[in-house]
Amino acid sequence: MKLNWRSQTGRARLYQVLAVGLVALLVGWLVNNTLVNMEARGIQSGFDFLFQSAGFFIGESPIPYDSDNPYWMAFLVGLLNTVRVAVVGIVLCTLLGTLIGIGRVSNNALARGLCTAYTEAFRNVPVLLQLLMWYILMVEWMPDPETPAHLGEWVYFSKMGLQLAIPTLTDQAPFLAWSLPKWVEGEWQGGLTLTPEFFATTLGLTLYTAAFVAEVVRGGIQSVSRGQREAAMSLSLSTWQTTRLVILPQAMRVIVPPLTNQYLNLTKNSSLAVAIGYPDLVNIATTSLNQTGRAVECIAVIMAVYLFLSLLTSAIMNAYNRKVAIQER
Amino acid sequence: MTRTASLRRPLIVAGLVATVLGASLPAYAGKTIDAIKQRGQLVCGVSTGLAGFSAADSQGKWAGLDVDMCRAVAAALLGDGNKVKYVPLTAPQRFTALQSGEIDMLSRNTTLTLTRDASLGLTATVPTYYDGQGFMVSAKSGIKSAKGLKNATVCVQSGTTTEKNMTDFSKANKLNLKPVTFADLAATNAAYFAGRCKAYTTDASGLASIRSKEAKNPKDHVILPELISKEPLGPMVRRGDDEWTAIVKWVIYGLFEAEEYGVTQANVEKMKTETENPAVARLLGKSDDMGKLLGLDKEWMVRAIATTGNYGEIFDRNVGPKTALALNRGYNAQWTQGGLMYGLPAR
Repeated sequence: MKLNWRSQTGRARLYQVLAVGLVALLVGWLVNNTLVNMEARGIQSGFDFLFQSAGFFIGESPIPYDSDNPYWMAFLVGLLNTVRVAVVGIVLCTLLGTLIGIGRVSNNALARGLCTAYTEAFRNVPVLLQLLMWYILMVEWMPDPETPAHLGEWVYFSKMGLQLAIPTLTDQAPFLAWSLPKWVEGEWQGGLTLTPEFFATTLGLTLYTAAFVAEVVRGGIQSVSRGQREAAMSLSLSTWQTTRLVILPQAMRVIVPPLTNQYLNLTKNSSLAVAIGYPDLVNIATTSLNQTGRAVECIAVIMAVYLFLSLLTSAIMNAYNRKVAIQER
Repeated sequence: MTRTASLRRPLIVAGLVATVLGASLPAYAGKTIDAIKQRGQLVCGVSTGLAGFSAADSQGKWAGLDVDMCRAVAAALLGDGNKVKYVPLTAPQRFTALQSGEIDMLSRNTTLTLTRDASLGLTATVPTYYDGQGFMVSAKSGIKSAKGLKNATVCVQSGTTTEKNMTDFSKANKLNLKPVTFADLAATNAAYFAGRCKAYTTDASGLASIRSKEAKNPKDHVILPELISKEPLGPMVRRGDDEWTAIVKWVIYGLFEAEEYGVTQANVEKMKTETENPAVARLLGKSDDMGKLLGLDKEWMVRAIATTGNYGEIFDRNVGPKTALALNRGYNAQWTQGGLMYGLPAR
């Protein structure tokens, strides 16, 4: 590899090496400065606390978790909760946002008006306020835990959340059975429980992000030239067939990069769930931070995990983007 | 490649960034007292609004038991209890604010524990309120004791010792309590009073404060009698500044002793010149100058008591039986009355 000062390529490479070295020096100095200052003030540091027992219980967890488990397991539960909200939110907001985006450019004045009203309303209110509003409304309006609304024995709805009957594996034939929710001594056992916190977080984030997705989709649809629509109509395709078979596939090129942005925003906004009691990663990291006092380490873990989730999402979306890109001949 | 892009601008930006980062290095407060005197103001970390301990009224004036501790220290050090700037802090922020030098003392209903005293670069001073963690339930639920909370959902605010205590209690009594943890006090209160959780847990004094302020009808809610943990609340300061720690500690001990010997806000000026009690004479600077040993002047406790009154008056004014919180002295009575408040002798 040439690092020759005389050639332009060599100079370019040299500058890049110097720049990378400078950044590395800066980062190294920052880290060293932090550690030195912390030691000078008697603040203990290190990641060894991750193996101590956590000492607190978590309200909802996809994997079995007890307060004796170590901190790293508590963080894992938080991560899984965040991923749960993020995945469900991404799927729902894409569906809803696409429909609303298409509605905004439709010929039907009522659909257009409603979709515009939705987009403007949900885009302009800060998302934390929306989450708080949904949570407080839900908790006020849901039926009391003692008298839940129910659909036979399959679905129960109360302030404790939504209990659903789900099929589970059993060790007896026919190896698949319905697990029905039962109210036992003040708690629900069996079935699937979706807490009001999960609902409020998912609902709030979905509605908020769907407004942005709608705008992205609208931009994508409007980027396709009018000639395509006219050509499709002249081939006697209906409006819906035109949208689905001609416009949307071509709009995807324009839609996918900003859509990735919105997915990342949704994932990061899920950290606001800490305000309404959903035990996501930030909530658990904050608790750990307060119990151990390791502020720098816990925040570093939060940042690293969100960075990882964002990079993963971007990688998946970029792969999809390459697939839908128009192949230039 | 046809033309290398100029790297001049990125380098200038990098240089500026480095300068800004270097300039924002927190100056390690070696001498807190000098900094306070130079500033002319004590910077006190308080809560975002806990009635009775530290809360701002509609005019922005702060009042409460923790606030009065700051005022007494400011009166002793700077001569005026109003020379205080109050910085409202949430539970996750409070220790970082003290560690970094943003505040001089943290008076924010903080439990003094080993972890906080030993591993954060901070020092506990003196407990000003012996509290315990308790549970609040609605009177309708019919629960009379914390042991009856089997499988209950409990609303709890994150960032405190509360979660760990609740888990310990739950395990010891096989209650399987389920926490719903909020970062926001308003959301916690809303969830409990809307009925999302069966119980609310925090320090018993906090429960009284929240019940008095947030409940539609305070009589509908019952604070269960069990205190499941020791929560000695008191101010904290940074480690490594012994002179400052001594001043904060001895102002608080002085307030305890003032109540023990009957020195009140009303009679402190009279006692200063007329007292025959040698202990009081030393405390108020009539005989020996104790203040000089702390780096203050001999009227240090006179000013503190004149600003806030003695500990009993502070308690009665902020959280006592006649206030909305209606808390009894309990463990916070003087040692001569069977409580735990024992002022080390100022001599």
